[in-house]
Amino acid sequence: MKSTITAEKPAEREGTFTTISGRPINRLYTADDIAGLDYDRDLGDPGQFPYTRGIHPTGYRGKLWTMRQFAGFGTPEETNARYKQLLAAGGTGLSVAFDLPTLMGRDPDHELSLGEVGKCGVNVTSLADMERLFEGITLGDITTSMTINSPAPMIFAMYLVVAEKQGADLRKLSGTIQNDILKEFIAQKEYIFPPRPSMRLITDIFEFCARDVPKWNTISVSGYHIREAGATALQELAFTLRDGIEYVQWGVDAGLDVDDFVPQISFFFNAHSDFFEEIAKYRAARKIWARVMQERFGAKNERSWKLRFHTQTAGVSLTAQQPYNNVVRTALQALSAVLGGTNSLHTNSLDEALALPTAEAATLALRTQQIIAHESGVVNMVDPLGGSYFVERLTLDMEAGAYKYFDAIDRMGGMVAAIENGYPQREIAESSYRFQQAFEKKEKQMVGVNVYAETDEAPFPILYIDDAAHEMQIARLAELRRTRDTAAVARTLESLKAAARGTANTMYPLLDCVRAYATVGEMCDALRTVWGEYEEVPSI
Amino acid sequence: MNKIRVVIAKPGLDGHDRGAKVIARALRDAGMEVVYMGLRQTPEMIVSAALQEDADVIGLSILSGAHMHICPKVMELLKQKGLDHVVVVVGGIIPDVDLPKLQAMGIKGVFLPGTPMQDIVDFISAHVTPRAEAV
Repeated sequence: MKSTITAEKPAEREGTFTTISGRPINRLYTADDIAGLDYDRDLGDPGQFPYTRGIHPTGYRGKLWTMRQFAGFGTPEETNARYKQLLAAGGTGLSVAFDLPTLMGRDPDHELSLGEVGKCGVNVTSLADMERLFEGITLGDITTSMTINSPAPMIFAMYLVVAEKQGADLRKLSGTIQNDILKEFIAQKEYIFPPRPSMRLITDIFEFCARDVPKWNTISVSGYHIREAGATALQELAFTLRDGIEYVQWGVDAGLDVDDFVPQISFFFNAHSDFFEEIAKYRAARKIWARVMQERFGAKNERSWKLRFHTQTAGVSLTAQQPYNNVVRTALQALSAVLGGTNSLHTNSLDEALALPTAEAATLALRTQQIIAHESGVVNMVDPLGGSYFVERLTLDMEAGAYKYFDAIDRMGGMVAAIENGYPQREIAESSYRFQQAFEKKEKQMVGVNVYAETDEAPFPILYIDDAAHEMQIARLAELRRTRDTAAVARTLESLKAAARGTANTMYPLLDCVRAYATVGEMCDALRTVWGEYEEVPSI
Repeated sequence: MNKIRVVIAKPGLDGHDRGAKVIARALRDAGMEVVYMGLRQTPEMIVSAALQEDADVIGLSILSGAHMHICPKVMELLKQKGLDHVVVVVGGIIPDVDLPKLQAMGIKGVFLPGTPMQDIVDFISAHVTPRAEAV
């Protein structure tokens, strides 16, 4: 029977079948495809090295993933209300989206903040805004993830001071700052300072947290934005893990012990539309990290070997056309993340190709996760796809492909050097353009856009953010500048500059700046005067 | 025939440059002369580049919601410099309610997510009036 199948070569719809990343896929996978696979070496039971099948022996039978919905818009008060709604709806963690002025270290009254305040996230200018953002929410009782990178130390310092004022024990406080500057240079481009001083801020945080806030996740090494910028699944995996290696190497070079800071490093991946390719990506990520930590860095603490990750469904896969289709896309993507063993998950809202989500859309996105968790049954066993000929083959190929990229980047002198040469940026731009061309030729299809499009679509209700937040934040800033202790602000900013010029940990002077109600813009400006600003050479 | 000259820029603070880069490349592949200015360009920088480059077209990529602040400034500066002939197009995430307002201020085309690159190439070719050779 077997020979007749191959001999006849029945007609197929296409000449070649490929994943969304362009990887060729065979018609059938059999035991021959994983002949070299060794269970103990390549997979291990869940909770066992190299953790391909998961980091917890009980999977989701022990604890479900954290349902963490990213949210933020307008003024701190508006976002505070959204947080209370998400917590009341069963959300189990908070995730703060900041607006572009905050992300770029600019105050609302800066020229470049024109039209941007409160638009893509919440505006947080000073400690006063951070206090408003978490009013009525006990920081000691929840975990908060904050998507903040260049100004991560400033925003983190504000969060810590709020927690301190609420009476929280910083040694028990947990949460995450994204704090991943490398992927900013590579993909999302929200950088302020040049790469090397930016890396120094990060090693300062490693050291500070190891000493004072030991349960805090100091960095969320992010493939999400790399993928959104157009990378393939393999490039997302390889560049993200190589970024992780770079951070660990800088920490080691700064004199830290691997096992003192690596357990607090976590990861953040994209859940794109090609179902099995994504699952293979997550499984390969755990396996590679465990090996690299053990073999390359000699980590001895098993917590250093275990890769924990957050996942967000792919924003770039959402369409402005026929927005209800996005609910289905997001559900499938979320399912791949769950089958890949994600530790926490954000599901996008159906309206996100149009605007920031409405409250109804955000609730539906959370419900999507709850349906997977409580109705689908996929949480009853760990790694149900383990042993699949296809998924195991994909996982092995992802791993091999990632090591090839590691070698290339190592030969360039590491990720910082590779970024300075524009290498990952070029690789991603190539993949992005290749996908766009395939999309134009309909070799890659999106329902409602290049297939099954409709010409006359009904208008869709969206969240429209006006300029009220901008005006309010400017007025508040003016008031703050009038009422705070100006001498204390000037003094603390001077100590920050002194620390930046020398080698003292910058976190302590930053905490003093924050307590004096210095603004994000002022703290970043202080560092701009010492380190300058990064500008990339534009290239297509 | 003179090549169509296009300046592509990302104004505002946003760094999501995938769309701007892809379209810059597509226009170049379609035979146009493309200057990609990169990120965080102010209206002043964009208009002065258009003047310097003798641009026929300015393409602005805006995803952050700042378009109602940036576009009027660009249009006003173009008028001041006597560059009324420059065709301005915008790509990005633009709510429907803003479309007539952008049109009223003189923006010729707004391209929303999912627009085929060929549509943008065709639009630009159709809207740029061939200029007389400089004497």
